[in-house]
Amino acid sequence: MMGSERVAIVGTGQTKHQATNDGSIAGVVRQAAERALEDAQMSWADIDAVVIGKAPDFFEGVMMPELYLADALGAVGKPMFRVHTAGSVGGSTAIVAQDLVAAGIHERVLTVAFEKQSESEAMWALSVSMPFQPPMHAGAGGYFAPHIRSYIRRTGAPDHIGILVALKDRLNALKNPYAHLHEHEITFDSVKESMMLWDPIRYSETCPSSDGACALVITNEKGGDAAASDGRPPAWVKGTALRSEPTMFAGRDQVNPRGGQECAWDVYKQAGIAHPRDEIDCVEMYVPFSWFEPMWLENLHFAGVGEGWKMVESGATQLDGDLPVNMSGGVLSSNPIGASGMLRFAEAAMQVRGQAGEHQVDGVRTALGHAYGGGSQFFAMWIVGAEKP
Amino acid sequence: MSDIQLPERLEGVEPVRSIRTFASLTYQYTPGRAASRFLKEVERKRLVGQRCPVCKKVYVPPRGSCPTDGVATEEEVELGHTGTIVSFCVVNVPFMANLMEIPYVGALIQLDGSDIPIMHLIQEVPYDEVHMGMRVEAVWVPDGEISHTLESIKYFRPNGEPDAPYDSYKENA
Repeated sequence: MMGSERVAIVGTGQTKHQATNDGSIAGVVRQAAERALEDAQMSWADIDAVVIGKAPDFFEGVMMPELYLADALGAVGKPMFRVHTAGSVGGSTAIVAQDLVAAGIHERVLTVAFEKQSESEAMWALSVSMPFQPPMHAGAGGYFAPHIRSYIRRTGAPDHIGILVALKDRLNALKNPYAHLHEHEITFDSVKESMMLWDPIRYSETCPSSDGACALVITNEKGGDAAASDGRPPAWVKGTALRSEPTMFAGRDQVNPRGGQECAWDVYKQAGIAHPRDEIDCVEMYVPFSWFEPMWLENLHFAGVGEGWKMVESGATQLDGDLPVNMSGGVLSSNPIGASGMLRFAEAAMQVRGQAGEHQVDGVRTALGHAYGGGSQFFAMWIVGAEKP
Repeated sequence: MSDIQLPERLEGVEPVRSIRTFASLTYQYTPGRAASRFLKEVERKRLVGQRCPVCKKVYVPPRGSCPTDGVATEEEVELGHTGTIVSFCVVNVPFMANLMEIPYVGALIQLDGSDIPIMHLIQEVPYDEVHMGMRVEAVWVPDGEISHTLESIKYFRPNGEPDAPYDSYKENA
């Protein structure tokens, strides 16, 4: 639920995402935070509290990294919180930060999320065998591939849909200087001919392993108004929603999870949106494997059930389509896992603030940021707008 | 790095960017009553699920409660050693700790009489012939090696029956 205070995003920052960032974890998060503060025209002293998120500690093997990051993030003597909801954590971290402002507890909150996959064994950490079970886990791709196969079986979607999404996102990434992958030579055929890693998921339909961080400066109405009057339009939060559901239950729809459907209707209702396809100008959604774009278009009610792939095929989700999706290049082009959700939320804010540079969509007034995590069981979403709600 | 004046003996030496160190965890696992009972039956080469008294769904391995209805599951249901491939993945990614040759097929298999699939290996069939709806049977390790783990089933293989109709397993696909 929204609190009583209006909330504005007045600063965004991120690192250049890359396979190996030579900075330490502290250096990487601090760089993103400094960029967000600079964008907000604030200093460390202006911040009342820090909210930090990342994916499982198991990845880098650094337990509770937030404790040692407190000084790097200027949190000494201030409240600091750690959030964790698997892959959706970047989104839920931003929501916890905005909740602190909405509730009137703090005026200016810095929120940061990160991952250093170069120091991590994420595939291994996601594949640890359960006791007394066969060692069947094969990373996130091995987990999600059967769900994608089910989507294709249900809808009759042709093979090239996944290829079209991968090509679009990687081409969008060429316009984003912060994106990890800049594949200038990519073509439909190069995606198609890339190796089947987890059939039906090809190598080029899979997210990379990235080092990177993202940060946001979130303020109350007074801070938003001050930024606006200084010629730095903020992004106003129009709705936030979180949902979770069990990993396993009989008849669970893992292609179109109920948690995601209900999370979307909740956030739309808060933002006064009845027809998302018509009323939302662009979407950054969490698509780690290309087929999740049509799946989430349906889950988020932009397309009818079974119709998401047709929306992709029509070109509607291209940068010049009527509902651009993943303008930044998305998770498919940069995946510092813990930061990936916050990068989606940040891109939505950048779009409504007109700050997205070459990947800016003209005239964005309302944008959706989306993240999911775990076994498609944690969802985080926010709607941001150019107008004060 | 360039701002730091190195002692002469370190000049020209490649800087260390990162080091790899190993950590290990030993943990005690408490399966709980329902899973313990299931595993004890596996030791006797039986697969026993539990039925929810409200929605009547049969869970295997049982968790002792129904996640949908939030009630304890007590009624035991013995399941067959055959099932249907609900969905699957052909894995082409090698894993450090994984002893399987690639490509191999990991499948969600809905055992006959149950309402939720388990993940297991498919063998004795070319990977590109595996398909949704395929009927399979469990191949157990030799009797003397059977113990309280689902690894007592080596893998599943096609059992030659005609494919199950999509409607019979689509709730879990």
